[in-house]
This record gives sequence, C-alpha cells and structure tokens, in this order.
Amino acid sequence: MTTAPLNDLEISGLRVTFDGFTAVDGVSLRVGPGDLRFLIGPNGAGKTTLVDAVTGLAPATGSVRFGPEELLGRPVHRIARLGIGRTFQTATVFEQLTVLQNLDIAAGAGRGPHTLLRRRRGIPDEVARALDAVGLTAVRDRPAGTLAHGQKQWLEIGMLLVQDVQLMLLDEPVAGMSHEEREHTGQLLRRIGRDRTIVVIEHDMDFMRTFATSVTVLHAGRVLSEGTVAEVRADPRVQEVYLGETAAPAGAEVEA
Amino acid sequence: MTDFLHRRRAPAGYALAAVLLFALAPLLLSDFRLGQFARYLCIAIVAVGIALAWGRGGMLVLGQGLFFGVGGYAMAMHMKLADAGPGGLPDFMLLYGTADALPWWWEPFRSPAVALAAVLLLPMGLAAVIGWFVFRRRVRGAYFAILSQALAAAFAILLIGQQATTGGSNGLTDFQGFFGYSLLDPVNRRTVYFVIAATLLALMLLTRQIFHSRYGELLVAVRDAEERVRFLGYDPALVKLAAYVASAGMAGVAGALFVPAVGIISPALIGIVPSIQFVIGAAIGGRASVVGVVLGAIAVAWAQTVLSEEFPSAWTYFQGGLFVVVIAFLPGGIASLWQLATRRRARTEAVTAA
Ligand SMILES: Nc1ncnc2c1ncn2[C@@H]1O[C@H](COP(=O)(O)OP(=O)(O)OP(=O)(O)O)[C@@H](O)[C@H]1O
Ligand SMILES: [Mg+2]
Repeated sequence: MTTAPLNDLEISGLRVTFDGFTAVDGVSLRVGPGDLRFLIGPNGAGKTTLVDAVTGLAPATGSVRFGPEELLGRPVHRIARLGIGRTFQTATVFEQLTVLQNLDIAAGAGRGPHTLLRRRRGIPDEVARALDAVGLTAVRDRPAGTLAHGQKQWLEIGMLLVQDVQLMLLDEPVAGMSHEEREHTGQLLRRIGRDRTIVVIEHDMDFMRTFATSVTVLHAGRVLSEGTVAEVRADPRVQEVYLGETAAPAGAEVEA
Repeated sequence: MTDFLHRRRAPAGYALAAVLLFALAPLLLSDFRLGQFARYLCIAIVAVGIALAWGRGGMLVLGQGLFFGVGGYAMAMHMKLADAGPGGLPDFMLLYGTADALPWWWEPFRSPAVALAAVLLLPMGLAAVIGWFVFRRRVRGAYFAILSQALAAAFAILLIGQQATTGGSNGLTDFQGFFGYSLLDPVNRRTVYFVIAATLLALMLLTRQIFHSRYGELLVAVRDAEERVRFLGYDPALVKLAAYVASAGMAGVAGALFVPAVGIISPALIGIVPSIQFVIGAAIGGRASVVGVVLGAIAVAWAQTVLSEEFPSAWTYFQGGLFVVVIAFLPGGIASLWQLATRRRARTEAVTAA
C-alpha cells in the first residue's frame, strides 16, 4: 500500500455538453477519503457522464481536482496514472485473456520495457491479494469472457485494486447480481474503502441504504440533494423526482 | 497439463524446422529450387512481422511492401556501389548517362556498416514516424489498412519516377557480389540461403517470445479493447507503435535478404500487389500463429510459382478466392484447425479424467 496522502475529489461547476444538449449542468461536489459516496438519480440524470468527465472520457468545463491535481484537460491514461480508476456500466474486461492476465495487465502501467518483454513468472503479490479480495482465486486461469456477470464486475474491482487507485468510480457495480452477491460486493467495498475514496453509481436503493456513508442525488444534470441516507430520503424534492418509480426511496420508506 | 505439453512441443517443433531448413532442404533441392525456396523464406520473414502487428496487434498492415522495399533498396544500393568499386558509379547510371556524379543520398550506402544499419533502422524509423501520427490520431481498422496500402503504392510510384537515380521500374539488378563474395558461385548462394533460414528461425523465436511476454498479453488487450486499456494508465498508441515498428524491421530485413537471394529489387516487388500477397499468406496460414503464418506464406508463394507457371491468369483469381474463403469462414487460418483439434482433445481428456 502506498503512503501517499489521502486526497479529496473536488468537483466545481462541472458542465458537459453534447451538441447543444447539456448532460451535466454545473455540478459541484466534494468527496472525502474514506467516504463511500453513492451517486443516485433517475435514468439520464447524467451520472455516467459525470464519471466520464472525471476520467477524461467526456470533454467538460469547470474544474475537477483530486488532491492538488486538476484533472480536466488531461488524457485518459494520465488521469488513470494519478490513481483514479473506474468501472463501466457494462463490465468490460479482456475477454480472451485469463483472469490472472487481466489483473496482471492492470498492475503493470508503470512497467518498463525490460519487464514487459519477459514472461510473467508466478503471480505478483498485489495480484494474489486482489484475487483473494474479490474471491476469484479459484477461477484465475479461466478466460475472463467465460465468467458470470457478477464475477466480471468483481474482476473489474480487482483490476482497480491492483492498479492501487486512490479514487474508485464504480458505475452500477451490482446491477444484475443476486442478493448474496450484492451483500458480498458491499462488504468488499466497505473493506477496501477505508483507505480510498469510492463513488458508486447505483439504482438499487436497498444496497444504497445498507452501504452508503453519504449520498448525492443527481437530476437533469444538477445536484438535487446531498447528505446522509436519512437526510436525502427525507428531502421532499428527492421524493418528488422518484415518485412513481419502483425503486424509489420514498416507497422504500414505507417498508422500513 | 496442456501447458506442459506446450512447453515440450515448441522446442521439438523448432528443432524439426531447423533440420528441415538446414539439412533436408539443401540436400534435396537443386541449386535452382533452393534459390526459389530462399525467396519463399524471405516472404515468410515478412509474414512473421505480420503475425505480430496484425495477428496479435489487430493492425491490418496491408502495406508491408514499403518497409520490404526500403530494406531491399538499402541493401541493393550498397551492393551496386560495391560492384562499381571505389569511386565508381552503378552501371545503370552510366547506361542512362543522366547522372555524372553519385547522388548525395547514395554515398552513405558505400559503407557496409551503414548499409546494414539502414536495412533495419530506416524501415523502423519510417514506421515509427507513420505510426506516431496514425495511432495518436486513432486511425484504425480499414482506414489504417488503406493508408498503409497507399504509402506502399506511393513509394513504388516515387521509385518509378526517379529512373536516373533508382533504376525506375527496372529496379536494381545484376549484382555480382555480396559483401565481397561472388554471387555467381553456387556455394556462396547456398550461404545466402543459410543466412536467410537462420534469420527466419531467429525471428520466429523472437516473436514467439514476444507473444508469451507481458507485452504480448498487453497487445491482445489493446487489440480487443483499446479504449479500456487507457483507463489502466497505458497509452495504447505506444503499445501498437512498438509492434508496428518491430514488424517493419522484419519486413526490412526480409527485403534486404531478398536482394542477394533473388538478384533484383524493383517497384513491382514492393507495391500494392506484393503487399497484399504478404498478408494473404499470413491469413491463410493463421495470422495469430507464428508457425501458421510461416507455413502459409511459404505455401502460397510456392503455389504461386507452380500454378502461375501453368495457369498465369487463373492464379490471381484462385488466390483472391482462397483469401476471401479463409477470412469469411476460418478467420484464424489453417492454424486454428490445429488449435481446435487440440482443444477438443484436451476437453475429451478432461471428461475421461473426471
Ligand atoms: N455521447 C453522448 N452523446 C449525446 N448524448 C449523450 C451522450 N452520452 C450521454 N448522453 C445523454 O446525456 C444524458 C445523461 O446520460 P448518462 O448516461 O450520464 O445518464 P445516467 O444518469 O448514467 O443514466 P442511467 O441511469 O440510465 O445510466 C442522457 O440524456 C443521454 O442521452
Ligand atoms: Mg449510467
């Protein structure tokens, strides 16, 4: 583990426009180290686009700072090298390569030509630890393309672990998972979140309620509400936006 | 278990190939046929580079003739100057009578050391420049293929246009010696064959090593999900560039060895058609397998010699048809049949063991 100081993610006045359509409309938010921040909001709220902007995929204006570094305007791979990693709404792993190879590649962005041009001998320590952390040790030699959906998501989280990212941005990591798998993932995030900053985009309200330490609600490209789970659920504007939606916090309140 | 078999099978295969190349072929083939075989092996060297850039890296290098030509002309220029002797002009320049002094860019090639370095460094440097612009701009797929092809065509056209200093469409030919050894002597021609065979084997082993290295795994990742690799902190442009430059170096070496083996280098040998033929051999053999591309390249070059003697016009159609069939129905080439068979066998073994 690195001894680098833990950094804040600080977004201010973030704006992303696609051909005149504003997907993220002046978002400002701060996420501190050790926080497990959930980013929720209806479909099309701009959650994924926000993560795209932070990771350099979508051109944006405003400011995104991680610690002392301004991220906007940097190419994707340079942002990644600052210790910022993400997963995708549909799990994207290297399907033809084994689980082990996927993780080994994720661990290797800093490798020089000398190491790159030789065979991997054995399993690097950080890879072994990540395999163990995400529970994929038993399937490490299987091609990633043959993994079950949930396992692919775990592999992606494992890749972020070997990358040793300080900021993790997870786009719907438990979508399509069974109840046990969700529980498993939540515990994992809690464990690895102690010395990292994690932002989770999620639609699953049960999952959010159990594991979020704080929540930001996005709606139509703006921050609608922010606070603890209880605060956000009590916010009438949030209830209004979610009214009639099946996974609504308002609806969940009834059962709680 | 399969891993173990793999580790044992490869050295055995390469030992067998060495016996074939160094003992059987010189023993069984006449001097004339051995010369032809040397030519096929040169094409196979280009194909090894194609396996790396296209098979592993996903870059359809349809213009390897450019690098083959640069390496070939670099060697041919040196051989022409060596034939002419100190201070002399190459015979074709005297013949056309247009040039009364050696062009300045010919001069460095008098030195054997410079010529040998140029054979490798010129194609690689050129590929580095092309690749830098092309991969940074994220040009890929068919656009990349067409661009490579256009560059090969442009180079051939440039050579044809500069008749007085490049020999034009006749190219450079009539070589007497190769680094002080007469090419008229069959023993020396045999030595050229051995040099080519050794180079091919060495480059096959080198490429195999690259395939199994961490870089080889990374290259597959870039081929299959280039955008994803960026988020891990890599610049895919550099990953692709390295494979492209290496494949250009191999094509350059192949071109340079082609000249003493075949006795000519000309625009017709490096333009669009030969560039496509390099790829066809690799595709039929199996683009992602080192052994596959080599066997494919040799088989196609051999078939071309045999069939085009018998049916000169039908050959082109046959070759084109075969290419389409392989790409459409067997994208992994003949080598994938072999892999399919071993995988099936492994599965049956696993089932019986269970
Ligand atoms: N590349 C693009 N070009 C044009 N419009 C886009 C693009 N990407 C996203 N959008 C639009 O921006 C808006 C926000 O999309 P985004 O994917 O960020 O939403 P989201 O909050 O992640 O939704 P979901 O919960 O469905 O994943 C949507 O209206 C979407 O159509
Ligand atoms: Mg989304």
